[in-house]
Amino acid sequence: MDNYLTLPGWVLAVFQSCLYLALAPLLVGWVRKAKARLQNRRGAPLLQAYQDLYKLLAKEARVAHTASPLFRAAPYIVFTATWMAAATVPLLVVDLPTAAIADIIVLVGLLALARVFLALAGMDVGAAFGGMGASREMLIGALAEPAMLMAVFTLAMTAHSTNLSSVIDHHLVDGFVLRPSYLFALGGLILVAVAESGRIPIDNPTTHLELTMIHEAMLLEYSGRHLALMEWSAQIKLLLYGTLIANVFFPWGIGRGFGGAALGLGLAAVLAKLAALGAVLAVGETVLAKMRLFRAPEFLNLALLLSLLGLLSHVILEVRA
Amino acid sequence: MKIDWLFEFLTRLADKRLLSHADDLQSLPPARRLMLNPHDWGSAAKIGARMGLRHAGVWADPPDTAHGAPGAAYIVVRACLEHHGGYLLLETLVPLQQPALPSQTPYYPGLDRLERHCHDLTGVSFSGPARRWTRHQAWRADEFPLSAEFPAAGRSDPRTPADTDYPFVPVHGSGVYEIPVGPVHAGIIEPGHFRFHAMGEEVLLLEERLGYVHKGIEKIAVGRDPAGLARLAGRVSGDSTAAHTWAACQAMERATGCEVPPRALWLRALMAERERIANHLGDIGAICNDVGFTFALVQCARLREAWQRRGRILFGHRLMMDAVIPGGVAHDLAADAHQTLHADHSALRKAVKPLFNVIDDHPSLNDRLITTGRLTTDQARALGCTGYVGKASGLPFDLRRDYPYPPYDSLEVKVHTEVDGDVAARVRVRMAEIRNSLALMERLLETLPGGAIATPLPPAPPGAVGLGLVEGWRGEVLSFVRFGAAGRIARFFPRDPSWFIWPGLEQLIMGNIVSDFPVCNKSVNGSYSGVDL
Repeated sequence: MDNYLTLPGWVLAVFQSCLYLALAPLLVGWVRKAKARLQNRRGAPLLQAYQDLYKLLAKEARVAHTASPLFRAAPYIVFTATWMAAATVPLLVVDLPTAAIADIIVLVGLLALARVFLALAGMDVGAAFGGMGASREMLIGALAEPAMLMAVFTLAMTAHSTNLSSVIDHHLVDGFVLRPSYLFALGGLILVAVAESGRIPIDNPTTHLELTMIHEAMLLEYSGRHLALMEWSAQIKLLLYGTLIANVFFPWGIGRGFGGAALGLGLAAVLAKLAALGAVLAVGETVLAKMRLFRAPEFLNLALLLSLLGLLSHVILEVRA
Repeated sequence: MKIDWLFEFLTRLADKRLLSHADDLQSLPPARRLMLNPHDWGSAAKIGARMGLRHAGVWADPPDTAHGAPGAAYIVVRACLEHHGGYLLLETLVPLQQPALPSQTPYYPGLDRLERHCHDLTGVSFSGPARRWTRHQAWRADEFPLSAEFPAAGRSDPRTPADTDYPFVPVHGSGVYEIPVGPVHAGIIEPGHFRFHAMGEEVLLLEERLGYVHKGIEKIAVGRDPAGLARLAGRVSGDSTAAHTWAACQAMERATGCEVPPRALWLRALMAERERIANHLGDIGAICNDVGFTFALVQCARLREAWQRRGRILFGHRLMMDAVIPGGVAHDLAADAHQTLHADHSALRKAVKPLFNVIDDHPSLNDRLITTGRLTTDQARALGCTGYVGKASGLPFDLRRDYPYPPYDSLEVKVHTEVDGDVAARVRVRMAEIRNSLALMERLLETLPGGAIATPLPPAPPGAVGLGLVEGWRGEVLSFVRFGAAGRIARFFPRDPSWFIWPGLEQLIMGNIVSDFPVCNKSVNGSYSGVDL
């Protein structure tokens, strides 16, 4: 582990974190574009999400007169926590210093921190929609987090490490083995990812109907740069989950050294994997309607069940006595 | 038209000694008029409700001349009952000095807001003080806009005070919280306020507060000529412009004894059916979108857009505004329009077939729409719901079939009824109505008569009254017109079916979850403008 903490390693880690910021709007733009094509629409340009962020950053931020300082601070906290969480997930290469100092439990913890501040900010102004969104978000979060931990523990048990870098490394070194536990964990993690990033069938990111919102309801009072940061965080979160699924379950192509060729291949591979995942998400969002809110626990219970099955099948089938 | 239940109704009235004169019963084609004593107003409604008659609305008709002038001593209050396609207009006179009547709401709960609206505009009070409805703060509680002395332009107060003290019905209990929604909404829709009382996600009570688009339709109708009234009627509710204009013109034509050329009637029906299809298409898409199924929205929006563009080419306006005029229609169909329309109809039929199959069968959609927002048959009947809301709850009433006015009297109109009363049932009724309307339009085109498309409206005798009844896309549209001196309009009251749809929404949302409100609302889609007037 010690050899992770080198200067080029740190440079790369910073570069990779910045890549998360840069790529997040692109993934959202790609999913929107794919959805539009599936609906026979031309859709907004691929880079529209960047322009929206730019527009919001340039706009004045209005704050309700009932808002506390927490309301102003929350966007920065949510953004930073989400960004830090993303930095722990290997995007281009493994063995970065960030992997040495933060494992999967830190990742879940950082996301939980972001969620808590998001929910507090939703309730802060005192408008009905924000409180409603916060309550729904906590419902989803309380059920999604254990499912996610279970899925991740399945992987960790195979690799004997809660470190994502090691998990991916282990997977690469071992070669491709079709493990039932991985399939279950993948299923569980996909369901969690859909719920956590606020996509159909749990939440509808494009709706204008306040009464049906979960994530958006907490952002209704935000404007300007505050809103931009919140939107950007949500985009990073989607990218984070996409990368987690892409690189942990399909790690091929990820760079294992710090050379230019490895980085280029890593970037090309992750872009291809994310494009494929984005297309799958777009198809899923097109063919499914949003669930009733009280069905969301069932959905997340399924995620938990799959993850638990993954854990069990690992113990029963894969652990050599 | 023979009204089979009228004899029984009159007998029951006579049994209670509520009939004073033998000549109280008069004719007002297609309805009958019955003059009642004011204090019998409530009892008559009680008898009507016991017999299962549907109430089609109540409105007051204040005198044309200002207070104190001769002949200005009474306000005429009218109510309309319907059963089996027969209409009876109840009338009574209340003194202008102290206009009070027993309320009919205890027997017909759907009348509540009509009576409150009536009070806000004319001062007739029904069984004591009631909460205001249409009056926000634009005029004082002791002023009544429909009285002759109230200026048509309204009072020129520089600014209308904020409407902050409306007494909503409170709900108490631990864990109960209020969600105020609107009047400004996130989508591009009309303004209306919804006050939810919820416990967790479950709605305990929904109360609507409308009136934000009050335009003074009834006031500015006074003094118009027939053509001006038709234009105004077309703006009661923009999505029902053909139906409302037709109903108003029908009322004026009946009042003046105008014989409308058959070709004009056929063209009116064609427009009414086009309007029905356009709105149902839009609503089906919007219902699906409200549960996150955007695919259907986009497809329906595309079909509807093409449909409305054709409307602009053939009828001069996307919504066909001002295409119906008193005595006929404004535009004739172009020579090649037959082929265009035939092609359009078969193209739409072909396009909706796979689309509706998807919407009908999609498990994920069914999960959201079935059992959501259920309005039982009893609730719908008690409120007097017509149109797709009634039909989805097992009430098959359709004016085009049950009281066929020309040209529907020579056509076979199919009515699709469902019994579930949920959102899915309303979607199925709408899909069936699109298919039925397409078939109907083909028949209309095949049988389209030649000849003139309009005839001048004969001069109206002062005091002539007419009742227009048209099946709009939302349901029965009732239009009352009374002429004053010199062929000018003295009273116009358009009763949109939304008056009975809005209370239905309050009923059907109870026990559902808060986040299902948008789809429930969209599935009934009451008109804000149509009731704010």
